[in-house]
Amino acid sequence: MDEAAIDVRGLSKSFGGRTVVNSIDIRVPKGRIFGFLGPNGSGKTTTIRMLCGLLTPDGGEGTCLGMDFRTQAEKIKEKVGYMTQKFSFWEDLTIRENLEFVANVFCMNRVSERVEKALKGLGLESRADQLAGALSGGWKQRLALAACILHEPEILLLDEPTAGVDPKARREFWDELYRLSEAGLTVLVSTHYMDEAERCHEIVYIAYGDLMAKGSVEEVIAKTKLKTFRVGGKNAAKVREALEGNPAVATTALFGEDLHVSGTDGEALKRLIAPQASENGLSLDEVPTSLEDAFIYYMNRAKEN
Amino acid sequence: MFSRQRIKGLIKKEFIQLKRDRPTLVMIVMIPVVQLLLFGYAVNTDPKYLPASVILRDDTFLTRSIVSALERSEYFRIAGAVFSDNAGDARLRSGKDMFVITFPDGFTADVVRGKAPSVLIEADASDPTSVSGALGALQGIAESVIAKELKGPLADLAAVRPPFSFTVQKKYNPEGFTRYNIVPGLIGMVLIFTGVMMTAMALTRERERGTMENLLSMPARPFEIMVGKICPFIFIGFFQSGVILFLARFLFGIPVLGSGGVLAAALLLFITCNLLLGYLISTAAKNQTQALQMSIFVLLPSLMLTGFMFPFYGMPEWAQYLGSCIPLTYFLRIVRAVMLKGAGFADVAPNFWSLTAFVAIITLITMKAYKKTLD
Repeated sequence: MDEAAIDVRGLSKSFGGRTVVNSIDIRVPKGRIFGFLGPNGSGKTTTIRMLCGLLTPDGGEGTCLGMDFRTQAEKIKEKVGYMTQKFSFWEDLTIRENLEFVANVFCMNRVSERVEKALKGLGLESRADQLAGALSGGWKQRLALAACILHEPEILLLDEPTAGVDPKARREFWDELYRLSEAGLTVLVSTHYMDEAERCHEIVYIAYGDLMAKGSVEEVIAKTKLKTFRVGGKNAAKVREALEGNPAVATTALFGEDLHVSGTDGEALKRLIAPQASENGLSLDEVPTSLEDAFIYYMNRAKEN
Repeated sequence: MFSRQRIKGLIKKEFIQLKRDRPTLVMIVMIPVVQLLLFGYAVNTDPKYLPASVILRDDTFLTRSIVSALERSEYFRIAGAVFSDNAGDARLRSGKDMFVITFPDGFTADVVRGKAPSVLIEADASDPTSVSGALGALQGIAESVIAKELKGPLADLAAVRPPFSFTVQKKYNPEGFTRYNIVPGLIGMVLIFTGVMMTAMALTRERERGTMENLLSMPARPFEIMVGKICPFIFIGFFQSGVILFLARFLFGIPVLGSGGVLAAALLLFITCNLLLGYLISTAAKNQTQALQMSIFVLLPSLMLTGFMFPFYGMPEWAQYLGSCIPLTYFLRIVRAVMLKGAGFADVAPNFWSLTAFVAIITLITMKAYKKTLD
């Protein structure tokens, strides 16, 4: 087994009697990009905050970088970079001032040299003296990442880092994450973008505090045992209405003129859809189940519990 | 036209929100209650029971009768006897006493011989409002003693002219300018207002802007964060004090009679104390509005119970006890003594220890109250 950067078991937290994280086990091997999936309010942020010592867990034990995450939080903070969901650097400081502040808080040597290097890496040398608050969303996100890795952490915790960022900036962001991961950095990133989840080496899916699945993207999809059929052609939407509420159907989704229907019992599903398709003169073929289908399937199942 | 329904709806919403805003509700109730209590009971511009010492060089029935008449007038609280002029001066300068009353040698004999001697009353006039009531009562006190003690064969003495009188010597501020008392106090007031308000916002602002989460995720110790927040304002405090001292010198002609070093040390302690108090508020307050409300709650008593606005000894005992729990009380004593009376460190040392204790205690409470997590 690979050496684990994060290895916690039975992580739990409740707020005012409501369980937000329910006994979750997470093991992140060193140098991997680990995706953290789940709907809004599923406990992703709470879990990440517990890992970096911002919230006291109600239960659970384990280690971050070999240190007890419950008792050695202060030590762990020195080796962890945490990028908050909302931009949390100081908007009334300039870009350079923010970076210098971070470097100083982490007691780094050669501060100005490192800051200049980070500015160069960001491509922000010319705007270094602009207030951080004046930056656009994409630049803020790049600044936040640069500030989080400035102290050369061993673990990077990213809480929905690319929310509200355009696709090009997102791709560049991920390119940077790959570079860092190759250099040995362990990354735990929460997201609800499917394309981002697919870029992770490994994912866990949590919904409403419970861990639903973990593994590679393929494993997480396979674990649902979902079969998916594509109904193609005009009026596919009408078929959807007819299938609504049928117990054999787990999820339906329209992609342009195509309808994707998923269910755990492939044979039953096919028997159900085939007459509908031929009646309307539509094509019917089996397609691979997407992560999104799996995502919604897990979410619905968690709701039922 | 306005919609009555809409207005009603809006009013209802405000009421509901107000109902759920506990701190505001508490303030709404507490401010008038506290103000009324303080103004009604604690504030007294005709203060009584002012501390006084007696130098008794002639111990007879007459001098003792005068002393007890002074006490009976309720204006003077005779704390005890001192035996030298120097000791009396020291007590005045350090603010332990507001009066020193001296009966000269052979006072009673001189009265009997019709020489009309006088009792010397030295008054600390740096706070003119405090002493004026007591000084005004002296004439009446003299008359009552004469009527009571000079009877029988001595009755004739009273007939011609007053057989003895009080000579008042106002010290430190002979003209009785109120501003002599107010201006040094103003330094304290300005420092406590800006100090507490500024730092009360320190952490709440971080919390409201979402930057607190970032700060907490970094390996900065609570004490380090506190020092970082406080330091800039120490400089600001000194700057403000400098401005006031400069204006006091050139607009009002109030110099610093005592040691500049002692004054600077007192300023440093007091400024730190205020900033810590504000910082403590900001660890407890949820948002900036709450921080502001809590600051005002702290500032009101400083305005009224410390001797800044109204004479400290004019307050009833319980209010004086409350006032003793406020740092400004001690700072005012130091700054007035040093500026107006030329006091040195030894004269005001006890006030220094009190301020030091405040700094230590507030720091401890703050470190306890500071939350290292977002729980």
